[in-house]
Amino acid sequence: RALRWGRGLCWPRSGGVRGGAAMDLFGDLRRMNKRQLYYQVLNFAMIVSSALMIWKGLIVVTGSESPIVVVLSGSMEPAFHRGDLLFLTNFHDDPIRAGEIVVFKVEGRDIPIVHRVIKVHEKGNGNIKFLTKGDNNEVDDRGLYKEGQNWLEKKDVVGRARGFLPYVGMVTIIMNDYPKFKYALLAVMGAYVLLKRES
Amino acid sequence: LRKNVEDFTGPRERSDLGFVTFDITADILDAKKCMVFFLTCIHLQSIFDWNVKQLFLYLSAEYSTKNNALNQVVLWDKIMLRGDNPRLSLKDMKSKYFFFDDGNGLKGNRNITLTLSWNVVPNAGILPLVTGSGHVSVPFPDTYETTKSY
Repeated sequence: RALRWGRGLCWPRSGGVRGGAAMDLFGDLRRMNKRQLYYQVLNFAMIVSSALMIWKGLIVVTGSESPIVVVLSGSMEPAFHRGDLLFLTNFHDDPIRAGEIVVFKVEGRDIPIVHRVIKVHEKGNGNIKFLTKGDNNEVDDRGLYKEGQNWLEKKDVVGRARGFLPYVGMVTIIMNDYPKFKYALLAVMGAYVLLKRES
Repeated sequence: LRKNVEDFTGPRERSDLGFVTFDITADILDAKKCMVFFLTCIHLQSIFDWNVKQLFLYLSAEYSTKNNALNQVVLWDKIMLRGDNPRLSLKDMKSKYFFFDDGNGLKGNRNITLTLSWNVVPNAGILPLVTGSGHVSVPFPDTYETTKSY
């Protein structure tokens, strides 16, 4: 990388002393031949695919479209706090009974709600309608349902809470509230996987 | 005690509204002690171990009507945290929530079963729902009350 001197002008043409460290990294990348680069990319794609497959597998095994959810509000305190993780199942044959904790979606809204079933009315043919209420709320959820809707039905249910882990879901909440954090995390993960070399 | 009142919290037809008073005596701690529920003695295992954060207790009424094969209504609930007095001795309790039926199925209904159940909330792990093995049957009268206040 010789410094070229023009007619009285002098600035480095390529690299030079100041950009030494950065040049080493890019030199590394350039030295990695194409085959190695494709290999790294494939490795990365495999990791992403495996993660997706595990998630889809969970959806199949539990019968729920969203088998793991994060609690967003304090309406079920002191049992569940914001940031707790819930594990759901949604088996077709499981009847809905009073006292169960269900995660449901109100028609037209895409944020699911975690509350407890306080009233169940089931007809002989299996048609169920039920009412929910948050443990920490004074009143039942009729104010949260759609305009004119008084009961929930099986089709509104995302799943029933079967297990729970405290605090773990905070990571998701932080990533939602501070998207820069999410991108930074993804960038670091991506860079690590792409540049890590197997010896 | 039962009235037929317009259900002002829900659909706009007249539905049956029931009033129930009850006593609860429970000792949710020791394996040797009993949970007494209206003089029926049920043995409980010690529930409050190291992984139990709280119990969500609730009293539910279960019954059948012409309209619906199965109805369950939660009348009363209580959160019992680890460290709270595990002995309950509640007398003459009124139901916390309105006991509205979906329709008029409480009139003359002889078989309303009250059971005490609880949801164990762990510090981390599975969330089981347990039903106490005792239960009480409550019959409702054939006529409506119009004057008595609750």
